[in-house]
Amino acid sequence: MSVIVVLIGISLIVALGFLIAFLWAVKSGQYNDTYTPSVRMLFDDEKKKKEDG
Amino acid sequence: MIVKNKLNNNLVCAHCGENCPDESYKIGKKSFCCAGCKTVYELLNENNLSNYYTLMDTPGVSLKEFSAKKFDFLDDKDVVNKLLDFKDDKLSVVSFDIPQIHCSSCIWLLENLYKLNPSINSSRVNFLKKNVEIHFSHKKISLRQVVELLSSIGYEPSIQLDSAGGLKNTVGKSLYYKIGIAAFCFGNIMLLSFPEYLGIGAQDFFYIKVFGYLNLALSLPVFLYSASDYFVSAFKGLRKKIINIDVPIALGILILFIRSSYEILTHNGSGYFDSLTGLVFFLLIGKLLQEKTYSFLNFERNYKSYFPLAVHIKKEEGEISIPVSKLKIGDRIIIRKNEIVPADVILFKGNGSIDYSFVTGESKPVQKVLGELIYAGGRQLDSAIELEVIKEVSQSYLTQLWNNDSFLKKTNSNFTNFSNTVSKYFTLTILLIAAVASGYWLQYSTHTAFNVLTSILIVACPCALALSIPFTLGNSMRIFGRNKLYLKNSSVIEELSKINSIVFDKTGTLTKAGSSQVTFVGPLLNPFQQEMIKSVVRNSTHPLSRSVYDFLQGEKIYEVSDYEEHSGKGICGEILNNSIRLGSLSFLRESIESEFTGDENDEISSQVYLSINFQVLGYFNISNVYREGFEKVSSELGENYELTVLSGDNESERKNLQRFIGSEKNIHFSQSPGEKLNFIKNYQAKNKKVLMFGDGLNDAGALAQSEVGIAVTENISYFSPACDAILDATGFSKIPVFINFSKISVKIIYISFLISFIYNMVGLSFAVEGLLSPIVAAILMPLSSISVVFFATVSTNFMAKRKGL
Repeated sequence: MSVIVVLIGISLIVALGFLIAFLWAVKSGQYNDTYTPSVRMLFDDEKKKKEDG
Repeated sequence: MIVKNKLNNNLVCAHCGENCPDESYKIGKKSFCCAGCKTVYELLNENNLSNYYTLMDTPGVSLKEFSAKKFDFLDDKDVVNKLLDFKDDKLSVVSFDIPQIHCSSCIWLLENLYKLNPSINSSRVNFLKKNVEIHFSHKKISLRQVVELLSSIGYEPSIQLDSAGGLKNTVGKSLYYKIGIAAFCFGNIMLLSFPEYLGIGAQDFFYIKVFGYLNLALSLPVFLYSASDYFVSAFKGLRKKIINIDVPIALGILILFIRSSYEILTHNGSGYFDSLTGLVFFLLIGKLLQEKTYSFLNFERNYKSYFPLAVHIKKEEGEISIPVSKLKIGDRIIIRKNEIVPADVILFKGNGSIDYSFVTGESKPVQKVLGELIYAGGRQLDSAIELEVIKEVSQSYLTQLWNNDSFLKKTNSNFTNFSNTVSKYFTLTILLIAAVASGYWLQYSTHTAFNVLTSILIVACPCALALSIPFTLGNSMRIFGRNKLYLKNSSVIEELSKINSIVFDKTGTLTKAGSSQVTFVGPLLNPFQQEMIKSVVRNSTHPLSRSVYDFLQGEKIYEVSDYEEHSGKGICGEILNNSIRLGSLSFLRESIESEFTGDENDEISSQVYLSINFQVLGYFNISNVYREGFEKVSSELGENYELTVLSGDNESERKNLQRFIGSEKNIHFSQSPGEKLNFIKNYQAKNKKVLMFGDGLNDAGALAQSEVGIAVTENISYFSPACDAILDATGFSKIPVFINFSKISVKIIYISFLISFIYNMVGLSFAVEGLLSPIVAAILMPLSSISVVFFATVSTNFMAKRKGL
């Protein structure tokens, strides 16, 4: 039963890892703009011009 | 007899969607309103960027041709360094605010900038913040050229040299950090509290201790960091001796923490850390949602915050009327008597006698000579002058003028008073209730007393009261603006809902200026005479003068000396020693004899008599054309309101007007401006609330006196700050709907007050009985303020749609 303390410890560390990942994402600007990507993804790609010769 | 009609032009610019005045700018089948729009179209086509037009119909922004010198300051290295976000050997990064970004085409075009100029590596738009971040090689293209490129396609950046720049971003992020940490701790504390929920027994004392200490440790970051905003705000408020809404919340969190730590450290219980962290987590989520809601609603308001003013500018083809927002530096504008100067200008031609009372309060006119600077907001008192624009129009400055203290009417707003009293006593009452209720429960169970205390502190939310008014009125103002009624500020809506009688001015308000049938009864006028009359008439803003001006032919404009305009009577001036007089017959008779013995006939028209060199030659017969929809408007309004028409014109119109108004006693003719003002005062003495429609020319006083004064405009720049709203003539037929809608808005505000009140009552009654846990309270609180905001916004939009606005 005492193994539960170890399990809790490990789960906390894993969760901490996720928290750090989240904070890192926020810091690098992930949530700066939550609207424009939704518009951007609807743009068509340009057809590449065929080059001659 | 010459009759002239105006052609209605239905061409729409393929780039920006504005009306094209003529067909001079055309490519194939597409027409454009100006050289600028045509240039952008060609530029985009050449670079294979015509996709711009497929994403939205007329996505372009009306172009201001910038003068080449405008961006000179960007050549300065210091300025460039200040503006750049980043710079190294090869790459420079700059971000600009571009207020013209308004649709998906804008995003598309701005992110494809590299196609217009390959020295630009990439660009990225943030739509909600309306800015673009551009990466470019500064060795191949300078910052100035980047800005000029942006301007040439219609997206001129707004550059402010004193702004701090990069600081903006970090503020938004801290809320996300706090939420992340609060979520982490909240989730783990919940997990660790499960044994407690599921009934851990005394034999596992060791584990109880471990879980307890872990909970304490996990709640520390939440208490110290995530909840810090509330503590800081409450502390700041208390320092100023104000109890703001954050005080009960901060108090609640503090009490929870202290009590829980005590219980854990003395092994007396399990604490309330789950409630504490859950509380903070949900509060922060609520804050985030509120911020997003507000910024979404504010977004459209800022983009469309302007009101319509038109001004005459001089072009090679002649004079045309353009909206004030399209004025560029170097334009020559004509400002006539009583018109307001819309931008900082230099006097180019004419005598300037400027009344700055709107700006400084000083009504003594200032004389200006050629070359002198005239500030925006001044009113010209002399005859027409030609001005050169040196600084562009600041819509916000004009709106500021409009809201100047000297024009504020004494309004007694019912609900502003109400919400002020409530907010004063609200927090104190809450604290009192909390103290009494927890005191009561202490006799029975400290646990419940504790829950009760914190729930009451958390659940009570007066924010709804403060939010419903600005959101409802703000949304209504937006809806009115979309329908061409521009309000000075939101208190006009409440005043509009209270009125019970309506007064109309006739000329220019009920009648359309310019599109009348004009005929001249008298001998044929030779071209020289026509040009002389036209030059005199050009100085007047009266609708009859404008009709005469449009009717006459001739290109040459002469210098007019001794120009005089007498309201209600006529105008006169001298050109090359010829004395020209136009106006009522009595006005002309004031100067010696007349050979013309015309009788005052009772046709349905206005007559402007003409005399040159003191000989009455004849008169201009200007038949009144009433606005479309006037009949319908008057019959709809007549059902609920008392209608009156005041006119400076003569009795000949009475029969015609009676068709619309019905009762004879409510039509008054030959009213001077003073008489109109007195009429309004008399009505108000009988306790009537008056809504007046005028054109702002000679009824400015009456407009100011009535509870609500609306100026009906049609492309002129006569702007009287004493009016409360400007109605574009095309929106005339919607007047009954507008009045109805303002009543609905007021009702919506009262309903949202009611909702917030009910919510608080219900929430408090549950909390006092100990049935509400702090976590549920934390969820309900932001929920209430968001729901009030949504209700206000959604119901105004829904009712607007139902009424056809």
